[in-house]
Amino acid sequence: MKFFFSSGHGACPGCSLPIAVKNVLYALEGKCFVVNPTGCLEIISSQYDRSAWGVPYIHSVFENAAAVAAGIDAALKALGRKDEGHVVVFAGDGATADIGIGCLSGMFDRNHDVLYICLDNEAYQNTGNQQSGLTPPGSNTTTTPAGKILPGKIGRKKDMVAFALAHKIPYVATASVAYPTDIRRKVKRAVEFEGAKYIQILCPCVTGWGINSNETIKVAKLAVETALYPIVEYENGELVRVRKIKERKPVEEYLKIQRRFRHLFKHPKGKEIIEELQRIADENAKRFGLDE
Amino acid sequence: MKITLGAVSKPYSALKMKTGDWGTHWPKVDEELCTGCGTCEMFCPDMCIEVVKVGEEEVNGKIKEIKKVKVNYDYCKGCGLCAEVCPTNAIKMELKDIYKV
Ligand code: SF4
Ligand code: SF4
Repeated sequence: MKFFFSSGHGACPGCSLPIAVKNVLYALEGKCFVVNPTGCLEIISSQYDRSAWGVPYIHSVFENAAAVAAGIDAALKALGRKDEGHVVVFAGDGATADIGIGCLSGMFDRNHDVLYICLDNEAYQNTGNQQSGLTPPGSNTTTTPAGKILPGKIGRKKDMVAFALAHKIPYVATASVAYPTDIRRKVKRAVEFEGAKYIQILCPCVTGWGINSNETIKVAKLAVETALYPIVEYENGELVRVRKIKERKPVEEYLKIQRRFRHLFKHPKGKEIIEELQRIADENAKRFGLDE
Repeated sequence: MKITLGAVSKPYSALKMKTGDWGTHWPKVDEELCTGCGTCEMFCPDMCIEVVKVGEEEVNGKIKEIKKVKVNYDYCKGCGLCAEVCPTNAIKMELKDIYKV
């Protein structure tokens, strides 16, 4: 099987997680050991008695994927079996930015030879859309519900790229599931580095974001085209590449097609949040020189 | 003594679950328009599209493979992403007969 990830998994129709996963595994030609903490991907790919994986796979608990991966890396080194494959973590945004952040910091700090991939669907979607550190401002989740007073999440999306860079690991990048060839190239580039690598891939969620099953790619593209999700690549701490935007779109174009943001267009504080999101997009464009 | 901790399942054993009846629509490929570019294959979240060689043709004295798309309806969930991403609009989503009233 070409993609090392099979049909028959339990993801919702149109889910973008398998698209990210299959292209990462394709780029590595299946030569990897996968660690996957609790989250959407685990639930859809390893239901009892079934597995969609065609590569060695271990499910860890929510917080310790990075530690399990570090252990596999140490074991492969000790056994002289490093050439058998790369150690890869696929973790959701909650497992990465909240629950597993301590173990992740430790793994980065010890600079284990691990490729850590954060599949960012911007909330705990497996349990029905609870906010995580990577949920953007204004998003309506079950733990940050838009009501009479609050306009969804207050506070910003955690900057995990800065977190990874602060550990001085050799390779840090972001990607969007709308551009699989870019994902493949980044994965191939990442594994050329010895040490810890971090790639964060934006993966829209059909149910949590409130979009149609055939819209995940369109939405993943709009996040990039509005500069809300800058696509960047760092090697040894240097910014080496960004994805330029031809004609940057206003953030409203991205927000209005998603149910999680729809309240912003009628809520008394909605305008403020939309302006804040536009400010974040403008900042991103300026900081990374995204406008062509 | 052999100790197995946790549960171990076989590779690709997810194939036991046929997800082809989840959707209301399915993709129909217009072979005239399909260029075999593989975009849909790269995106299908359910790994049910394959670009296959269906023949050969001669272009400017060189032999070129003709490729077309094959859909595995046993697992297709009818999400419609393939139709969205196809650059030549070769895929149309059609309502399944059983849902027609
Ligand atoms: S994306 Fe369209 S043209 Fe390309 S292989 Fe698929 S159906 Fe054919
Ligand atoms: S409708 Fe969705 S699941 Fe079916 S072939 Fe197209 S992309 Fe794959």
